[in-house]
Amino acid sequence: MATSDYLIQDLVEKYGRERTSLMPILQEVVQQKNYLSDQDMTEIAKELDLSAAQVFGTATFYSFLDTEPRGKYVIRVCKTITCDMHGKKLIIQTLEDMLKIKVGETTPNKKFTLLETNCLGWCHEGPAMLINEKPFSGLTLERIHDIISEYMHK
Amino acid sequence: MSDAKLKRVDLIFGEYSNVKYKVLADTLIRSNEEILKDLLDSGLRGRGGAGFPTGMKWKFTAETPGNEKYVVCNADEGEPGTFKDKEILTRVPRKVFSGMAICGKVIGAKKGFLYLRGEYKFLLPDLLKELDQYHEFSKQLGHDFSIEIRLGSGAYICGEESALFESMEGDRGEPRNKPPYPTTSGYLGKPTVINNVETFVNVLMIMRLGPDQYKKLGTTDSRGSKVFSVSGDTPIPGIYELELGMPLERFVDEFGDGDTKAVQVGGASGFCVPRKKFKDTVIGFEGVPTGGSMMLFNSSRSMYNVLHNYLEFFEEESCGQCTPCRVGCQQLRKGIVAVKKGDKKSVYLDQLMKLSESMKITAKCGLGQSVANSFSSIVNNFKEEMIY
Amino acid sequence: MTKQINLTIDGINISVEEGKTILEAARSLNIHVPTLCYHEDLCVAGNCRVCVVEQENVKNLPASCATPATEGMVIHTNSMKVRLARKHIVELLLSEHNADCTKCYKNKNCELQTLASQMLTGDHMFLDLVPDKKYTIDRFNTAIIKDDSRCIRCQRCVRTCEELQSVSALGVAYRGDKMKISTFFENPLFEVVCTNCGQCVNRCPTGALIERNYIDQVWDAIYDPTKHVVVQTAPAVRIALGEALGMAPGKIVTGKMVAALRRLGFDSVLDTDFTADLTIIEEGHELLSRLKKALVDKDPKTALPMATSCSPGWIKFIEHTFPEYLPNLSTCKSPQQMFGALTKTFYALKRKLDPKNIVSVSIMPCTAKKFEANRPEMRSSGYKDVDYVLTTRELGIMIKQVGLEFEALPEEHFDSFMGTSTGAAVIFGSTGGVMEAALRTVYEVVTGREVPFDGLNITPVRGTEGEVREATILIEKVKPEWRFLEGVELKCAVANGLAHAKTVMQNVRDGKANYHFIEIMACPGGCLGGGGQPIPTNRDIRSKRKSAIYEEDMGMPIRKSHENPEITAIYKDFLEKPLGHKSHELLHTHYTPRKRY
Ligand SMILES: Cc1cc2nc3c(=O)[nH]c(=O)nc-3n(C[C@H](O)[C@H](O)[C@H](O)COP(=O)(O)O)c2cc1C
Ligand code: SF4
Ligand code: SF4
Ligand code: SF4
Ligand code: SF4
Ligand code: FES
Ligand code: FES
Repeated sequence: MATSDYLIQDLVEKYGRERTSLMPILQEVVQQKNYLSDQDMTEIAKELDLSAAQVFGTATFYSFLDTEPRGKYVIRVCKTITCDMHGKKLIIQTLEDMLKIKVGETTPNKKFTLLETNCLGWCHEGPAMLINEKPFSGLTLERIHDIISEYMHK
Repeated sequence: MSDAKLKRVDLIFGEYSNVKYKVLADTLIRSNEEILKDLLDSGLRGRGGAGFPTGMKWKFTAETPGNEKYVVCNADEGEPGTFKDKEILTRVPRKVFSGMAICGKVIGAKKGFLYLRGEYKFLLPDLLKELDQYHEFSKQLGHDFSIEIRLGSGAYICGEESALFESMEGDRGEPRNKPPYPTTSGYLGKPTVINNVETFVNVLMIMRLGPDQYKKLGTTDSRGSKVFSVSGDTPIPGIYELELGMPLERFVDEFGDGDTKAVQVGGASGFCVPRKKFKDTVIGFEGVPTGGSMMLFNSSRSMYNVLHNYLEFFEEESCGQCTPCRVGCQQLRKGIVAVKKGDKKSVYLDQLMKLSESMKITAKCGLGQSVANSFSSIVNNFKEEMIY
Repeated sequence: MTKQINLTIDGINISVEEGKTILEAARSLNIHVPTLCYHEDLCVAGNCRVCVVEQENVKNLPASCATPATEGMVIHTNSMKVRLARKHIVELLLSEHNADCTKCYKNKNCELQTLASQMLTGDHMFLDLVPDKKYTIDRFNTAIIKDDSRCIRCQRCVRTCEELQSVSALGVAYRGDKMKISTFFENPLFEVVCTNCGQCVNRCPTGALIERNYIDQVWDAIYDPTKHVVVQTAPAVRIALGEALGMAPGKIVTGKMVAALRRLGFDSVLDTDFTADLTIIEEGHELLSRLKKALVDKDPKTALPMATSCSPGWIKFIEHTFPEYLPNLSTCKSPQQMFGALTKTFYALKRKLDPKNIVSVSIMPCTAKKFEANRPEMRSSGYKDVDYVLTTRELGIMIKQVGLEFEALPEEHFDSFMGTSTGAAVIFGSTGGVMEAALRTVYEVVTGREVPFDGLNITPVRGTEGEVREATILIEKVKPEWRFLEGVELKCAVANGLAHAKTVMQNVRDGKANYHFIEIMACPGGCLGGGGQPIPTNRDIRSKRKSAIYEEDMGMPIRKSHENPEITAIYKDFLEKPLGHKSHELLHTHYTPRKRY
């Protein structure tokens, strides 16, 4: 718990207590902890003099500001049309098989979370996905195997 | 067919000088009136989709009293099938920052923001490096205008300008009522110019070439070139800088796979043009406008699936505040499923068409208003595919 | 002079001040444009879109509530296009809505239902989306029930809680088809910072936010021959109840209300105003004793300013938001709870009743009082001091249930004991009323003279909506025993609505204000604008209720609490003296620090 408090304090120092700092703070908490816990959100609310419901409202608006626990590596596969046309389904199936989880789930070792997302801006090289912030495009089954194996050993 | 090839333009990405920030330096010594006049003369219209004349926007904001004003660069590029801003920011970020800095001078702002979609966070390290250079140069040039990068977090609607401000202010990205417009009340309620990434680069190109030469590109209604994002059923997907005002038929000839049955122009919120209309369709503000997205579909594709995919996109990406859009998107998607499954008779499609018309005229922002574009153009042109 | 804008609405030319919306312009022509998310008290959201109108030469239909009138505009409020669009919108709302009106508390008092019936939404145009939604109902709260299946997401509640109350217990969460009104982490209301003020309930156009009603429990008690059912009615009920029964706002219906309560079968119809007077005596003396401690004993621990404690929404707010200031609250219970405690002690004694057979019911303009009555500390009689709290609205429903022709009822008088009151008690219902009543008494106790204001009307402390009222009363020519107050300028502040309460407390905290006495009412306008009052409540209606209150005050034979003969009697017979041992036991309480987060 103590560490969590320090993180928020540090971020508040860094970004300030204005409401305009809310997004950067939320983003950095997610980057460091993979999700926003209720304690973190209340702490942020307190520091920025907002109500907890306001922080929750902002956080839940954004797809990347997760409010439930996520794995260390969050995989977001694009499901929008061009990726869909170019074999996104197969990519998802492969990922599900490799990670032994379904879309929306996190592996028991908390390493991977598999999600779908909307267009990532790699339509010309679909199917595409993000692992945390890193994009991967031109996905094939072999590439998925390579990428995931690499991450499994990270 | 090589003689039919569309003319390639090399304006946006082209190298033109090995002196850094040369155009910016040259422009900063000009008067605001001259700059505005050039912009107005150039006929430049916004590249983010709505196509508002950029010179007017800057002029209004410059004329609004106030000593706190902002420049915002909209890099939230989320329209399905659009990836040109990413390319611009990867290859020529300097031009973007220069365009913003010129805007700062013209409207009297000291602070600019680049709102980068969360999906493009990987660009951040390089952008920050370039930004350091920019800040150094602006200091040398004595131009008091700093730029900060703000990140989005996965919400397409934050590309809508007022939603973007809400997001920057730490709130939910719910679009605001208009009026007031950003020119009088934008970020933090202050007069703000918000432009697309590509628009800022165009400004810089107009400053470099002068309006007359710039105007030689494109047509009367659609001046200049445009960066297109080409995807779908095409052997050569990617980024292409072409002249505005091109006939769609020639585009398909060049980019299609020989079996193109439809082109979605302008992304999910744009229009679907079927094969029989390629001939009569011009890409540009006088015809079918686009923020750059061109998605090609060949005859193996089910247009029902395409539409379903778009509607699912809108259903999730709607901010959810206004009735026509929040509920309308759900009804349209579930409605076409019901017709397809036979739970509803095919005449229900007419009901849905009327609904989409109502959404178009009553929704609070451009998202809800534009769902009808793809809906009606796909349903009208591919009705059988919706039913059987 | 502001600029005038000329426009045409439905063929009628009109000129309005610049900045006025199309909706306001239409209303001034008595053209009724339907609305849902719009509320006079709140900022404009423009999200329901039901108020759209057609503007000539404009493709889209502007939302009239959110669009300023501009020069030369030509507006049609009922064109074919508009009618179809509106119908679509209402149909869309209904398709997400669990519209089983006969099971709904708001049946026949619901803005969505009214629109639906006007539009003849007989067979639903669109698919029923409700089965796919995982709507939940929060029934865990003693005061308020939140039913998401009836929510149209107009955000009135969210704006209320944020703008008027600065609480933001409710917010908007998620996005797109999943967007909903939610507390922090979707916790039940009783676990979050909600003050139970009910302002959101009062503004909710549908059955999504309602009071928890105790009507059936009260009927059961009335019909139980072993029970003696006592009812008390708060000051602000008598000036608003008429509205719930079809009368125009601003009518004083005290006598008819008493008559109705008798006909409903209550065994004794008494008046919370009596304990309002009692509150004044206790709280006035408490203030004087704090001033003495501060000025004479120079005790640095004396908590000043002293703040009133009769508004339970305010109490819960300060417990959450400024817990370090709990010692500043007067320890006096609210009049409702004083009344409850006395009912099962003094009243029982006098009437020779076993308190366990007494059921004590109160009629309140307030939902927070429901929560207050259920606080564990509110059992000083040895029983639950107040068994059931009904709002003005619930009483309205009971009166309708038995088919009473309310307007035709005779004017009757409260029973006694505990049925006599003064003008000072009546004005408790308005912001500034407690302050004024207290000053009427305190000044006279200290100086032996009436407050030096024309007709006892201390207008400088009469609160106004939307601002913090500050006033200074010079105390001079005091009686010898109060010499330490000679020449003291008593600094007072009056605030209504929790957003203003927050401002006052921040000023106190930051040392920007050195008040002696502050009066805070959680609801805009005070209790007359309470969360349990008839719907609609808006600025205009509140001001009518306010006039009624001061009219009632002026008409009372006695207008100072300390002159209430029953008050004198109860001290003589039972309580002995203000702040005495018995008072402490029955009339005073303590508070619980709570977390804001
Ligand atoms: C739903 C929605 C999404 C939008 N997304 C973007 C976007 O990603 N990038 C962009 O530049 N403009 C976007 N816009 C348009 C902006 O609101 C705004 O018009 C634009 O940034 C203005 O810049 P321009 O004049 O340079 O085109 C979007 C509009 C809507 C309604
Ligand atoms: S149209 Fe859609 S995205 Fe725009 S405000 Fe309405 S609900 Fe939000
Ligand atoms: S909220 Fe209104 S429309 Fe809905 S069920 Fe209740 S009365 Fe009917
Ligand atoms: S009862 Fe009052 S505090 Fe509670 S949610 Fe409603 S408005 Fe907010
Ligand atoms: S709970 Fe009531 S006031 Fe709040 S959004 Fe829903 S319908 Fe509107
Ligand atoms: S459709 Fe997948 S990246 Fe654009
Ligand atoms: S009343 Fe105007 S949009 Fe809701």
